Amino acid sequence: MTIDFELSEGSKLAQAHYHEVALQHMRPVSRKYDLAEHQLPTEWVDYWWNEGRFAFQDKMAPTDGFVTICLQAEELCWGDAGLYLRMPTPALGGSAVSAAGTAEQRKQFMSAFREEGGHPIWGAMAITEPQAGSDAAAIETTADFDAETEEWILNGTKIFCTAGEGASTADGGFIVVWATIDKSAGRGGIKSFVVMANTEGMELIGCEKKLGIRASDTATLRFDNCRVPKENLLGSAEVRKKDPSKTGDKGFKGAMATFDASRPIVAAMATGVGRAALDFLKEELERQGVEIRYDAPPRELTAIERDVIEMEAELQAARLLTWRAAWMMNAGKRNNLEASMAKAKAGLAVTKITQKTVQILGPVGYSKKLLVEKWMRDAKINDIYEGTQQINQLIVARRILDYPSAMLR
Amino acid sequence: MIDFEPGEEQALIIETVHAFAENEIRPVCREADEAGEPPASVVEAAHELGLVANSLPEAHGGGGERSAITGVLIAEELAWGDMAIALAVLSPGLLGYPVADFGSDSLQSEILPGLMGDSFVPGSLAMVEPRFDFDVLRPQTTAKKDGSEFLLDGVKCQVPWLEGLRHVVVIAADDEGLAAFVLPCGIEGLSTEAELKMGLIGLPTVELTLSSVRVDASARLSASDADIRRMIDRGRIALAAAGVGTARASFEVSRDYAKERETFGQPIATRQAIAFKLADMAIEIDGARLLVWEAAAALDRGEDAARLARLAYDQTMRVALTVTDGAVQVYGGHGYIREYLPELHLRNVAGFASFETLTLL
Repeated sequence: MTIDFELSEGSKLAQAHYHEVALQHMRPVSRKYDLAEHQLPTEWVDYWWNEGRFAFQDKMAPTDGFVTICLQAEELCWGDAGLYLRMPTPALGGSAVSAAGTAEQRKQFMSAFREEGGHPIWGAMAITEPQAGSDAAAIETTADFDAETEEWILNGTKIFCTAGEGASTADGGFIVVWATIDKSAGRGGIKSFVVMANTEGMELIGCEKKLGIRASDTATLRFDNCRVPKENLLGSAEVRKKDPSKTGDKGFKGAMATFDASRPIVAAMATGVGRAALDFLKEELERQGVEIRYDAPPRELTAIERDVIEMEAELQAARLLTWRAAWMMNAGKRNNLEASMAKAKAGLAVTKITQKTVQILGPVGYSKKLLVEKWMRDAKINDIYEGTQQINQLIVARRILDYPSAMLR
Repeated sequence: MIDFEPGEEQALIIETVHAFAENEIRPVCREADEAGEPPASVVEAAHELGLVANSLPEAHGGGGERSAITGVLIAEELAWGDMAIALAVLSPGLLGYPVADFGSDSLQSEILPGLMGDSFVPGSLAMVEPRFDFDVLRPQTTAKKDGSEFLLDGVKCQVPWLEGLRHVVVIAADDEGLAAFVLPCGIEGLSTEAELKMGLIGLPTVELTLSSVRVDASARLSASDADIRRMIDRGRIALAAAGVGTARASFEVSRDYAKERETFGQPIATRQAIAFKLADMAIEIDGARLLVWEAAAALDRGEDAARLARLAYDQTMRVALTVTDGAVQVYGGHGYIREYLPELHLRNVAGFASFETLTLL
């Protein structure tokens, strides 16, 4: 154990492998599915389902654990962030099952994603509602227990569910749905439920038209007396009236713990988009004969050189904060603070980097002939989903000030 | 394999140096700033910790454990106490490291044991020149070969000049590019004028004028142009670490103040305008630190760290300025008063654009 920034052999192999995947399978169809919003990107989905998900398994050199997963996310989002979100994987639904589910539940819901053959399936998580986004405890979707059939009955509407179209309609996939079993209990009453694709009572209303990540199916789902077996509840059914973060309750806390695992990945995804823009910018400048002089005195640097050097520093700071948060998961350390730091930094850094790239490249950056304008649109979501910049600032602030949520809202 | 945890020995060093910074440095930082020099007792006490000696060669009585990573950990902790005192305490390295790396055997024997004796002996390095367009890679200070001697001419500034200084390393341009010379402070033609500056007042510095200073060729270190570039990288990374330490100190005091100070019946830390500013400080400080660590790790692996040093230094410059200014703002009117630390922190980091090699690894 000592400070070390050298990636393990397995990480380097993963990086190289997923970079090739991004180059060969994502970049060529990147613009196509940005234009063909809501159309299933079959080339990519079929590749991933039939080959991609197995392709790296025989290269089992020692890796850096979650850091390696972040490297995969960075490379693939360097390829295309929208397509990454459309990958047939358990995605956030899987993170929720891993974080809050039992071993049996993990096996029950996740094994289909490892089986060969069949058709592509997706996992997803549905939290946000029309009136409740950042304030996840204010959700109104209800879950009532029917003691006779031992089923939970879900009622409500979910929006902004990433991969929600695939996960709700392709048999074998599932959506983890947040709902309250006792509105009077606030956060303590919130639980998450696994709803299998095509369960009766779950209806796909449609997909959002968005600024960016247009290849990603961002679904609205209605739950109308949607029944799921009691085994599909993640965590316990017990309602804690006190602050659940101070108890052993796996319900809300378990659901929130999903974010500690997912935020570093989102930060890595952000880094990938930012790097796509920065890599391209540097290549383009090189083609135009503009050299970035890292050793020149600051007052001799051109505005473009200064911008590029600052963008590189910002991107690398975001990447290292991300790796730290991921590394803490390997070490079994609580990474709630560090995950939010990484997410806040990366979301904002790449928003600015991609915008600056468009500005520097002028009409070239603005044109759809290249992907630069797309990367700017794709980047922005990283400062919003999985906790907005402000929610992550709030989390960091509470932690550094040692304030409970009641002290700082 | 990626790892962000200091090793056992490093953790112990951090703990020791932090305790020293907290108990010995922080309590006298204001005193040093007002007096224009560090209290002698602090530099002596720091000398006893052997922080620089531990990194100097064993052959001359040092610990032989030079590590850039350990160096940046130490610099951050010391500068958390006070940046001026930290740079004073680490100043023997400004002389010791270049001599250890590029000095002849006889020069090493002449200089290094003195830096590791019973009492503190400072070192110094003259790099920066007093011009707005100074380029660290193209100094106007020149060294002209004259037979077996060199003639040095030029003006340097921001040269640490602590009580008891015996030798200074001067960077000049000669026929081969950048070159470094070790000069005795009393050599003929060398004159100094004490500098008054906005911050880092606790680290006395001088403007150093070299008028036809004649030295024997043996005073020239064997460092090549490339070696001196790497020396500059080491300086930037070390200084960035100190900047992180000062920013962290500023963040901590303003965080604590925000929890005590009330407006409209509530601590100001409960307001998002303050709380989010503090959150951003914490995030940026951690990000800058990791850039510093990464650059130091590259040095320890013997890699070219020029780009990483640049990124770490520039980022720290931005972060340290934003954080210390933010700390003054959190304190409000009190932040402007010299009784509180943020104004000292702000002054200390405001010169980062020109510091370059005020400390080395």
